[in-house]
Amino acid sequence: MTFYIFLFLAALAVFCGLMTVTSRNPVHSVIFLIGCFFAIAGHYLLLNAQFLAVVHIIVYAGAIMVLFLFTLMMMNLNEASEGHKPALARISAVVSAGLLLFILIAALKKTEPFAPPLTIDHSIGLVKALGNTLLNEYLLPFEFVSILLLSSMVGAVLIAKRDKSPKPELE
Amino acid sequence: MSLLMNIFQEIPLHNYLFLSAILFCIGVFGVLLRRNAIIIFMSIELMFNAVNLLLVAFSTYYSDSGGQVFVFFIMAVAAAEVSVGLAILVTIYRNLHSVDIDELKSLKW
Repeated sequence: MTFYIFLFLAALAVFCGLMTVTSRNPVHSVIFLIGCFFAIAGHYLLLNAQFLAVVHIIVYAGAIMVLFLFTLMMMNLNEASEGHKPALARISAVVSAGLLLFILIAALKKTEPFAPPLTIDHSIGLVKALGNTLLNEYLLPFEFVSILLLSSMVGAVLIAKRDKSPKPELE
Repeated sequence: MSLLMNIFQEIPLHNYLFLSAILFCIGVFGVLLRRNAIIIFMSIELMFNAVNLLLVAFSTYYSDSGGQVFVFFIMAVAAAEVSVGLAILVTIYRNLHSVDIDELKSLKW
C-alpha cells in the first residue's frame, strides 16, 4: 500500500516537472510546478516530516509561486512571446540532460543497500525535535539566515525600484 | 511493527535516490531548453526541490534531524534567491521589454 502511494506521488511529481519544463504558456508552467510541489509535500508526509511538509506548502506554493505569478502577469507574457531555440540547441539539451541522468543512475545503482539504524526515532520530523536541533546545534546558521533574508529583502526592493533620476545616455 | 519500519521495508532508499536524480535532470533539461528566464528560474526551483527531497529521505531513513534542518535553510536561501532574481528580471524587462535570455548577450563580445 505504502509503495503504491510512493509510486503515485513519484509519477505525479515527474509528470508535473516535465510539463513545467515543456509547456508553452508560462502560466501553465507555474500551475504544473505548484502540482509538483504538492506531490513533493506528499512525499514529505510519507517520510513522516510533517513540519517540513507544511512549511514547504506555505513557502513554495504560497509565497514563491505567487511571486512568480505576479511577475508573469506584470510582464504579460504568453505563448507567442517566446521563440524556439534552434533545433541543434534543443537536441543537445535533450542529449546532455539524458546523459546526466544516465550517469547519475548508473552511479547510484552501485551504492550499497540501506541498512536501517539500530534505534529508530519517530519524533524526528515533528516540530519539537526539529526546534531542539535548530536552536541548539544550528543556532548560528539560523541567525545568519535571518540576516540573509533581511538583506535580500532590501536588495530586491532596491533593485526593482524605478529610478526617478534622469538616466545618463549610454553610448 | 512501527510505521517507519514499514516504510523502510516497502520503499527502498534507492527509490528516493532515483526519483531525486530524475527530478534534478528535468530541472537541468529545463535550464538548457528554455529561453524564457522565468521558466529557467522555475527549473532551478525544481532542482532545489530534488535535493531537498533527498535530504529529507536520508534524514528520516538514518534517524538524524540535521538533514531536515538543512532543508529548512535551503528553503530560506531559495526564497532569498527568488526575490532578488525576480527583481533583477523585472529591471531587465523594464529596460529591454523582454526576458529572453538570447537577448541578454551584452557581455558576449
